[in-house]
Amino acid sequence: MSGFQGKKNIPRITSDRLLIKGGKIVNDDQSFLADIYMEDGVIKQIGENLIVPGGVKTIDAHGRMLIPGGIDVHTRFQMPDRGMTAADDFYQGTRAALAGGTTMIIDHVVPEPGSSLVAAFEQWRSWADSKSCCDYSLHVDITDWHKGVQEEMETLVKDHGVNSFLVYLAFKDVFQLTDSQIYEAFSVIRDLGAIAQVHAENGDIVAEEQRRILELGITGPEGHVLSRPEEVEAEAVNRSITVSNQTNCPLYVTKVMSKSAADVIALARKKGTVVYGEPISASLGTDGSHYWSKNWAKAAAYVTSPPLSPDPTTPDYLTSLLSCGDLQVTGSAHCTFSTAQRAVGKDNFTLIPEGTNGTEERMSIVWDKCVVTGKMDENQFVAVTSTSAAKIFNLYPRKGRIAVGSDADLVLWDPDITKIISAKSHNLAVEYNIFEGMEVRGAPLVVISQGKIVLEDGNLHVTEGSGRYVARKPFPDYVYKRIKARSRLAELRGVPRGLYDGPVCEVSVTPKTVTPATSAKTSPAKQPVQPVRNLHQSGFSLSGAQIDDNVPRRTTQRIVAPPGGKANITSLG
Amino acid sequence: MADRRRDWWDKEDDLPVYLARPGTTDQVPRQKFGGMFCSVEGAYESKTIDFDALSVGQRSSRGAGQRAAARGSASPEGGEREREPEREPEREPPREAAGQPGDRGVGIISSTGGAGGKELLQNLDDLGSDRLLIKGGRIVNDDQSFYADIYMEDGLIKQIGDNLIVPGGVKIIEANGKMVIPGGIDIHTHFQMPYRGTTTVDDFSQGTKAALAGGTTMIVDHVIPDPGSSLIEAFDRWREWADEKACCDYSLHVDITHWNDSVKQEVESLLKEKGVNSFQVYMAYKDLYQMSNSELYEIFTFLGEMGGIVQVHAENGEIIAEEQARMLQMGITGPEGHVLSRPEELEAEAVFRAITIASQTNCPLYVTKVMSKSAADIISQARKKGNVVFGEPITASLGTDGTHYWSKNWAKAASFVTSPPLSPDPTTPDYLNTLLASGDLTLTGSAHCAFSVAQKAIGKDDFTQIPEGVNGVEERMSLIWDKAVVTGKMDENTFVAVTSTNAAKLLNLYPRKGRIAVGSDSDLVIWDSDAIRTVTAKTHHSAAEYNVFEGMELRGAPLVVICQGKIVLEDGKLQATAGSGRFIPCSPFPDFAYKRIKARKQLAVLRAVPRGMYDGPVSDFSPMSRGGTPSASARTSPTKQTPPVRNLHQSGFSLAGAPSTEETPIRPAGRRIVVPPGGRSNITSLS
Repeated sequence: MSGFQGKKNIPRITSDRLLIKGGKIVNDDQSFLADIYMEDGVIKQIGENLIVPGGVKTIDAHGRMLIPGGIDVHTRFQMPDRGMTAADDFYQGTRAALAGGTTMIIDHVVPEPGSSLVAAFEQWRSWADSKSCCDYSLHVDITDWHKGVQEEMETLVKDHGVNSFLVYLAFKDVFQLTDSQIYEAFSVIRDLGAIAQVHAENGDIVAEEQRRILELGITGPEGHVLSRPEEVEAEAVNRSITVSNQTNCPLYVTKVMSKSAADVIALARKKGTVVYGEPISASLGTDGSHYWSKNWAKAAAYVTSPPLSPDPTTPDYLTSLLSCGDLQVTGSAHCTFSTAQRAVGKDNFTLIPEGTNGTEERMSIVWDKCVVTGKMDENQFVAVTSTSAAKIFNLYPRKGRIAVGSDADLVLWDPDITKIISAKSHNLAVEYNIFEGMEVRGAPLVVISQGKIVLEDGNLHVTEGSGRYVARKPFPDYVYKRIKARSRLAELRGVPRGLYDGPVCEVSVTPKTVTPATSAKTSPAKQPVQPVRNLHQSGFSLSGAQIDDNVPRRTTQRIVAPPGGKANITSLG
Repeated sequence: MADRRRDWWDKEDDLPVYLARPGTTDQVPRQKFGGMFCSVEGAYESKTIDFDALSVGQRSSRGAGQRAAARGSASPEGGEREREPEREPEREPPREAAGQPGDRGVGIISSTGGAGGKELLQNLDDLGSDRLLIKGGRIVNDDQSFYADIYMEDGLIKQIGDNLIVPGGVKIIEANGKMVIPGGIDIHTHFQMPYRGTTTVDDFSQGTKAALAGGTTMIVDHVIPDPGSSLIEAFDRWREWADEKACCDYSLHVDITHWNDSVKQEVESLLKEKGVNSFQVYMAYKDLYQMSNSELYEIFTFLGEMGGIVQVHAENGEIIAEEQARMLQMGITGPEGHVLSRPEELEAEAVFRAITIASQTNCPLYVTKVMSKSAADIISQARKKGNVVFGEPITASLGTDGTHYWSKNWAKAASFVTSPPLSPDPTTPDYLNTLLASGDLTLTGSAHCAFSVAQKAIGKDDFTQIPEGVNGVEERMSLIWDKAVVTGKMDENTFVAVTSTNAAKLLNLYPRKGRIAVGSDSDLVIWDSDAIRTVTAKTHHSAAEYNVFEGMELRGAPLVVICQGKIVLEDGKLQATAGSGRFIPCSPFPDFAYKRIKARKQLAVLRAVPRGMYDGPVSDFSPMSRGGTPSASARTSPTKQTPPVRNLHQSGFSLAGAPSTEETPIRPAGRRIVVPPGGRSNITSLS
């Protein structure tokens, strides 16, 4: 099981050719009964009475649902944090994912601020290639902003198949970018045809609040949620939406944890913004009341940012928005730390490493909370667990759909199984499970990854290192069709006017300040120094130099107007 | 003053081309024929009643043509008066009708003087004007309207009621049932603002005269200290300018343009000793006035404790800077670039952020210059959630829109430049008026900051250099009356609330200002709801060549303005004295804002969870950085991971039992914790 060598060519007797008979195929658009024949990890035929070669392993589905394998768009396996590493590495993590019916994960590369994006990407690739049990892809986090980053992003998009970058509005003085940097980053991301992801929390306010809460003597995990109120999350979501609108860049909000943040996204979508929201297993399944647990280790297990909302109605609200389409995809933000690792912050909640589990529980929680309760149907379940993710990140229809030619990543789903989530039985390396004791209906019966059966009869047969890196192309249609149309539509023009030749008041070219000059402070009543006409600085230049010559020019930038609301401007031009 | 200005216009009748005569080129005056509130054009032209001859106490000394410019067109005015006889009997108590038969306007008589007393009295300020009696007016406060006489002495209202017993020698104004409202308070002006070596064309004298002409009897100006310079010195300088020139009472906001400990002390002394209770911070003007989120948080926290009001100029300055660079690079240098680089979303975003910070710090927030629908929506949403936030639309945003930025006339387009810009969406004024009427927006200012065309032309080749500001102090009251009261959105009481009472409450000047009551300052306006005048740069009192409301026909105007107990406007004649304005100190903790804030401070108490000491294993970690690739040096060998080195100085395993990091604060036992409002109550129940 733990063999490292020979990624793809481990001969498994059963798995090259596979026939599933009598299943109900569930895609995001329709469900129908048909047989599926797979070969070499790809779906070859779909239909009834298929003609298949002999010696094929056959699974009888008995009319159960066959869904595309889940795609967990947000994991942080093996993430380094101050010399520690997240407890679940790529092996442990993908194994848990497969056990829960997820056949592909997209992990986040977190380069150290100041270091190379490409180098970090290579490192993550090497970790994942050696350990991952299912297909994977990588988002790259932008933790720093300078010229070199832009070039590296271009390399990543063009040569390494990365089409999504995450920026942080939180973690002041570590990962946080300023609004101007985010504006520039988004402009670059749009030009590259990638997706801008944000970790949305106002880091400045969080830092102030943390200081205040610590001063007040609150050092336990409850301080974490008290210093990161959901308003601060909503504010950052709103701000990033504004910036993305200005730059005409598609936006993807990771970890939607609170009602207010979800509301902001829903509102922006109504106004036409291209924005996607990703609630995670934790925010859909549990709430933040546990931060007040008397058991420190339990309370600390819930620490993640943005924090779980203490409002117990949040999960229900988020599942409703997920069902109605205001939120589109689900991730797990799986990033686990053991209790000993968490205990780094036993006297100061700001030091507790952040992250919750959820990759294994994700599919079952969404089924239980949304489908069983009647909020969504099985097709939409497929959409939010795999298809939308595949579309947004340009993996569709290879992933996220059961169709001829798609990858043979399938899950035979049993809606009737009931199981109780517990740290005792989960496939993770940590002592706590934040969904401890939760009873969920719906679970995978058989999981097929790359055409091989990895879960059957409750037994996992995974191969370490069998996961392939899936490269993603830029400009996903699902996202960029609208963006492209908008950039074509809105072109700004100046108003042609004759030259103004009237009198011009003379000014001192010092900044737009107001009180005359600091030196004039002593004689307040006296008017400022008479402005001296300086031909070098005035607008009357014979050489044709403009006053804006010192403004840096970005030559290749396209003219893009933010969507929604400027149409009336252009018509006036 | 007004005459002087008119002369100037007459002399320069042939304006230079660049000034393309206001109101004649492409801005079409509003035409309203036969609408519900409109008179039919020309309907009164052949009517023959000479009202001037009929009115008692008024000498018909004014030639109609001579005054036409000052009071709008003559014929509608005549028409308005003519319609009154039908309504008069119901509106006016019988005693008035008996006393002054045939008087249709407002008359001033003196119990000492004869029939020709008016001109005489206006000039005898020291003799007659301390004592004033307004008879038969309908007093309109923000809560109710009622008929009563008002007797004033020494600038204060001494008596209100019927059949007042007043001493002899009192000047009497017959209001004839017209509304008497508290004088307007313009809570946002920038008179005599220095700008890069020049000064706005309206100084405190010119500006307050314009204010008085429009029915505003108090202004609150903004002190803008240079970043890095002393707040108190700037405040003193503004006081000096204003004391010398202001014609009406004034107060001052101070803008915080930089933040450090000495500024903090200055703010405290301004609050406690200087009578300033409101401070503005800027979220725009990157690298100049702009504050970071952390600074905003600190300022809000501080002012929340000291009882001040935080005002914000809400625009995201960082993105504006980026957008400006983009516009200029695209070759857009005209005034339209101003609005293109400052889309309303950026305003809304900043408002949202300011509200979030205010809510975190439990500090009342005042958003100046609400210019767009989106920003107003954010404010009204926040109010629904219970935030203590006040929105101030300004005359310009209530009266006009940003389509003019595309005017072919550069000078005209530039005259609309202000920040946040006027929204190009033409439905904005209507929307803002509705929110103002419904109470989602609380009060109105003008943000009057007038520059001449020559001054605006500083930015003729680069819109970012155009000095920002529009006029509006004179038009504010009439405009709101026309847009909100005439259209039936609000009643006269709400009108009083948004033009004066709410401002007075927020400045902690209520009921001295903003109310007609015994003991209040006698700043009053007799309001003529039927007067119609056309706004134009030719007749306005501002020194600017352009008026952003050019050609707009407004219904409702002050007939008589009384400031500090003296008649300053009567019959269209302004009699203001520069330097007569007093500084009115404002005290902190205005009830209007702070009652709720105080209650919230007391209400929400949080405690830490009492837990036993965690005694399990603790991982090693390097407290230097958070996450990321293990170390920069490991980049060359990506697969290898440096094993964490145990550092006893930094680890949690300390024999001394000291906490693992130095940052851990000492726990003050039993400290109470205050929680920001809205949304945390469920937390307390869990503890």
